[in-house]
Amino acid sequence: MLSLFAADAVSAPAIFDWVWLIPAIMAGSFLTILLGSKRLKVPAHFIGIPAVIACLVLALVTAFSWIGYSSDVAHSGEVKSEESFGGTAETAGAPVPGFVDAGAPTVACVESKHGDDYDDDGDHDAFGAGELAFSGELELAVEEGEGGGGTPCPVINDVTWFSNGGDPEDGGSDITVGTLVDGQSVMLLVVVTFISTLVHIYSTDYVNGDRRYTHYFAFLSLFTASMLFMVLSSSTIQLIVGWELVGVCSFALIGHWWEEKPNSDAALKAFLTNRVGDIGLLIGMIILYFAAGKTFDITTINTMAVSGEISQNTLLVAGLCLMAAVMSKSGQFVLHTWLPDAMAGPTPVSALIHAATMVVAGVYLIGRLYAVFFIGFGISGGTLNAMALVGGITCVGAGLLAFVQADIKKVLAYSTVSQLGYMVLALGVGAYTAGMFHLFTHAIFKACLFLGAGSVSHACHHSFDMKADMGGLRKFMPKTFWTFVIASGALAGIPPLAGFWSKDEILVGAGVWAGTDGNGTFTLPFIFGMMAAAMTAGYMTRVIWLTFFGDYRGHGVPHESGPRITTPLIILAVGSVFAGFLNMPKPFVEKIGLPSSWGLWFEHQVEPAGIGSFPAIDHGKPSFSLAIVATLLGLGAAFLVWNYYKALYAKDHKATEVTDGLMSKIPLLKAGHTMLTEKYYLDHLYTGAIAGGTKGPLARAAYWFNQNVLDKTVDTAGKTAVATGRFVYKYIDQGAIDGAVNASGASASGGGQVLRRLQTGRVRQYATLMFGAAALMAAVFIVAI
Amino acid sequence: MENAFLQDWGITIMVFLPLVGALIMMLIPADQEENHKTIALGTSLLTAAIGFWLCVDFWNLGEAEWANLHYVVDRNWISVINAKYLVGVDGISIPLIALTLLVVPLVIIYSWNHIPNPGNPKAFLILILVLHTGMLGSFVAQDLVLFFVFFEVVLLPMYFMIGVWGGEDRLYASIKFFLYTLFGSALMLVSFLALYWSTGSDTFVMAELAERVRVEDVKLGTQVLIFGGMFMGFGIKVPMFPFHTWLPDAHTQAPTQGSVILAAVLLKLGTYGFIRIAIQILPEAAIEWAPWIGLLAVIGIIYGALGCLAQTDMKRLIAFSSVAHMGYVMLGIATLTDFGMNAAIFGMVAHGLITGMLFFIAGSVKDRFHTLEIKRLGGLLLQAPRMGWILGFCTMASLGLPGLAGFWGEFPAILAAYQPADGISAPLFRVYMVVAAIGTVLAAGYLLWLLQRTAFGTPSEEFENDPEIHDMVFTEYVAWVPLLVLIVLFGFVPHLIFDLTDGTVSGFADAVTALGK
Repeated sequence: MLSLFAADAVSAPAIFDWVWLIPAIMAGSFLTILLGSKRLKVPAHFIGIPAVIACLVLALVTAFSWIGYSSDVAHSGEVKSEESFGGTAETAGAPVPGFVDAGAPTVACVESKHGDDYDDDGDHDAFGAGELAFSGELELAVEEGEGGGGTPCPVINDVTWFSNGGDPEDGGSDITVGTLVDGQSVMLLVVVTFISTLVHIYSTDYVNGDRRYTHYFAFLSLFTASMLFMVLSSSTIQLIVGWELVGVCSFALIGHWWEEKPNSDAALKAFLTNRVGDIGLLIGMIILYFAAGKTFDITTINTMAVSGEISQNTLLVAGLCLMAAVMSKSGQFVLHTWLPDAMAGPTPVSALIHAATMVVAGVYLIGRLYAVFFIGFGISGGTLNAMALVGGITCVGAGLLAFVQADIKKVLAYSTVSQLGYMVLALGVGAYTAGMFHLFTHAIFKACLFLGAGSVSHACHHSFDMKADMGGLRKFMPKTFWTFVIASGALAGIPPLAGFWSKDEILVGAGVWAGTDGNGTFTLPFIFGMMAAAMTAGYMTRVIWLTFFGDYRGHGVPHESGPRITTPLIILAVGSVFAGFLNMPKPFVEKIGLPSSWGLWFEHQVEPAGIGSFPAIDHGKPSFSLAIVATLLGLGAAFLVWNYYKALYAKDHKATEVTDGLMSKIPLLKAGHTMLTEKYYLDHLYTGAIAGGTKGPLARAAYWFNQNVLDKTVDTAGKTAVATGRFVYKYIDQGAIDGAVNASGASASGGGQVLRRLQTGRVRQYATLMFGAAALMAAVFIVAI
Repeated sequence: MENAFLQDWGITIMVFLPLVGALIMMLIPADQEENHKTIALGTSLLTAAIGFWLCVDFWNLGEAEWANLHYVVDRNWISVINAKYLVGVDGISIPLIALTLLVVPLVIIYSWNHIPNPGNPKAFLILILVLHTGMLGSFVAQDLVLFFVFFEVVLLPMYFMIGVWGGEDRLYASIKFFLYTLFGSALMLVSFLALYWSTGSDTFVMAELAERVRVEDVKLGTQVLIFGGMFMGFGIKVPMFPFHTWLPDAHTQAPTQGSVILAAVLLKLGTYGFIRIAIQILPEAAIEWAPWIGLLAVIGIIYGALGCLAQTDMKRLIAFSSVAHMGYVMLGIATLTDFGMNAAIFGMVAHGLITGMLFFIAGSVKDRFHTLEIKRLGGLLLQAPRMGWILGFCTMASLGLPGLAGFWGEFPAILAAYQPADGISAPLFRVYMVVAAIGTVLAAGYLLWLLQRTAFGTPSEEFENDPEIHDMVFTEYVAWVPLLVLIVLFGFVPHLIFDLTDGTVSGFADAVTALGK
């Protein structure tokens, strides 16, 4: 790995200039599969799998390079800039008191405005030949506070896609695309390529013999390419492009079996719900574009947000708009309804797109523009804000829904919604690293769960109905069972599995528990978080019982899946065990006698602390008592659910629910249950009232108006003109109007001759009248002025 | 430097060559159908050859030169009123000329085996060639009278195309198209004349008029009225809400070729006229009108989308979508910023390619199913997979998916609305921006709903085993592939157009900015 580093210890490794290859490889794979697979008679996965493995390798190389680079930077105490850009000091301006923690060393990652490219090349036309102009590497840091060490600036490689609205000094702007390599993007690179690789392999078995096998793999490649493209975004417009492209891939893959209407309905719903959020995305990005002085550059926007050059009000409005986008893409209440429906797609797709990668795009967006949200929402010192509230409501609201599902994938889908809410909550309380870490661990164990569910359904004749077709499967499919249990434990936050660590950090970050000291005191989000922790353990216990315990309720004899399915499960289960150790709290690490540098390792790699484009956030202090209480809550809930089903089983071996319990006796509980089974009536509201209302009455009313008001007016005007024309011809001498009319009339009648066959001369009358009127009006007009 | 031959003759030959072809065809008996097709195609290809040569030569002049008029030919024409034969091209005419040069040959190729009832390729193709001259002429004319003549030349062939080769309601639709547009033209003519008289009655040249209006200090009230007349003329052509009602009828009844030309090029005459004539000559009035244009534009976006949702006929739905899409173009124009007007011109080209494609597909669906009633269709992807995929691709392009051409017409227009030119209320336009953004959701709604009902699912019983339903044929490939390629190309390399238009548009926008401050 060391060979990748340049001689200068702190110059960025060369691999960072080549990360664009990663999405490019997948895009190439997409095109090759689409155009070549059938012609060359090569199965699609022969192209897709090598490509995605190549990407995984490159992503890992990038990750290791980043680790080396950031540790070099931390130890060198000084960051050298390779080039100096002098003209843009104002963006790096002095930190404004109140926004930046005065005690922390701050590295300003100055943004180039590409001034050089425009000033010096008069005759060299950068765009005329349709080529992309390379506008220089921006891997630099100009000043550094006292204290030495720190986090490296993001390594940005931009090319100017095109410039619009004149030259930059003219108030125009450049539209750039490029790659931004920092801890966050590298982490996502690894997650996306890793999960995508496993899903590719898994799919060769799962969708084997599918009616559109080639098409399936083509879209898998396109999705991976788009997602990687988005993850590496250096500008907001690139982010929008990637954001939309992953949405289309999601649409295509949810509707993969489009012959059946429910599938295409689900695809449409996903796309349209996301479009609703996109309104916020577009507007939010537009606001930031203008607020940051007409630039789409993410680092500039963040830097200006931190330095206070963009007012907090503007940031708040932009942040709220962007929240709409987050709510739709990352399935936050109240725009989450598409995500459970999206389970209509093939299961590996659910694992990749609708659990591990695409749906975290919203979380990623918040992290990418964290300065905007952190300062806009006033997270520092706050008690509640829109983001934490949305996240909190989501993690509880979806957790409740997960209890009443019979479909195993739907449980997992609501669980995903709930966990995404957790991540948003984390970011909302200022626990940036905790949110990102949960994104990381969740991707692993949730992918494992979804792929496990796929394996289960493979065994049960493609059913996902836990109540009707499953039960007792642990005996038939031990590998699937154990991996599923491990991943469930990770999800439920059972120590020492992955989810425990990330969830604990989020709860710590809320700053409510005694001695945790976060950015503020977010009591309500904390309560939501604790409730969700308990619920998660509860509904996962329910899933495990219904699926793997009790008696088998389906037909036939289930069997364990083949190695192409179980191997990814095992890999992910191992990940679910170990991933959490990447970010253990320091006190804990010291207590168990490991080197202190093992603690918070993930945070050191991912959190860009102390640089000018990242807000000064406070970190909560870990608390043993909180960890114990949260764990006990989860175990307690699991215990209750377990005993409930055990008792049920003792009564009736085939029973899956109590039919005469309290639920049926107490009206309030019954109403609550109905509320849940009806999914809070949101679908009725959206599909029935809003979509139906727009498509039905509103559209019809508009069209009625069109036909009976606007069009009627036109027709009436036409008919009146005919009547008037007859009147004019009959009673008024044509010579009464001046020569111009005659001239126009004559030309019109020339056309009219030809038309007579069709129109028996009516056109002539119209035309004459029209020209007459025109000349008359011109005359009136001129006299009047 | 411009090529000497092109400088003297390029534009003139390009514009009038189709007429020559039409004259030759008139001399050949109608029953020699193959000859007519060959001559028509040959003429349009030759025109395209000269036209694209001109475009390439123009491109090679370099970005700095794109803002100015080139290949200018200046001859006296009607000396009594100082009307001139003044033609020339700059950065905003080139993209539209190129679009026209591309679409017409493709339409003729498509006509090879798709001549609509009642046949008679001779007359049909002659009309297309006459249209060709009219459209190209409108984009090169730099004199108002000349522009007006070309603008009107377009009208009659289209009238006949709809009236003779159209659907069941063709007579009503064609008359409506003709009269409505003529009505707008009449008001436009009034404006041109008023402009002429109020600036000293000695020129119709656009650039000179712009200068005159400034120097002679024409009263703002007069300017606003004159702009109003132009607004009617161009607004009806665009068409803007509430003057759009001719469009769905014309489109629905027109033969496929007519619809494609109408959508791809004819509508652009209106939006082009706004930029080239109304805004260039009367920037001060444009500032006064901008809030109203913006208002009608965003109403059009929402209203057109709702109209689409109410449709039961595929072609009529696509027609209504034009109202919505042209709303984005007009919103971009109404901002009077260079960003917005660039987006508008991009939007024109993108809409031309994408909606043109959608009409082609609708035509081919009609050929196979003999109906365009959405609820009878379905399962196109199973019966004609390639066509189904192309339909899916075009709906994605039409709803503004990034990476395809439609995005660059839509997003920058919305963006520009955040900060319109000085002198225009920014809060008002921010409201428009939000409404326009909401329109993108509705657009996705009607387009995907169309896709779902026609392409997804399984074929209905009546068409299940219909032997007439087959996938794409050769002429369809030839006619469609260039459009599809360009939709992708402009999606990835949008500056091919933005760079061309930017210079000229900045000039117009600067004039507005100077007034606004």
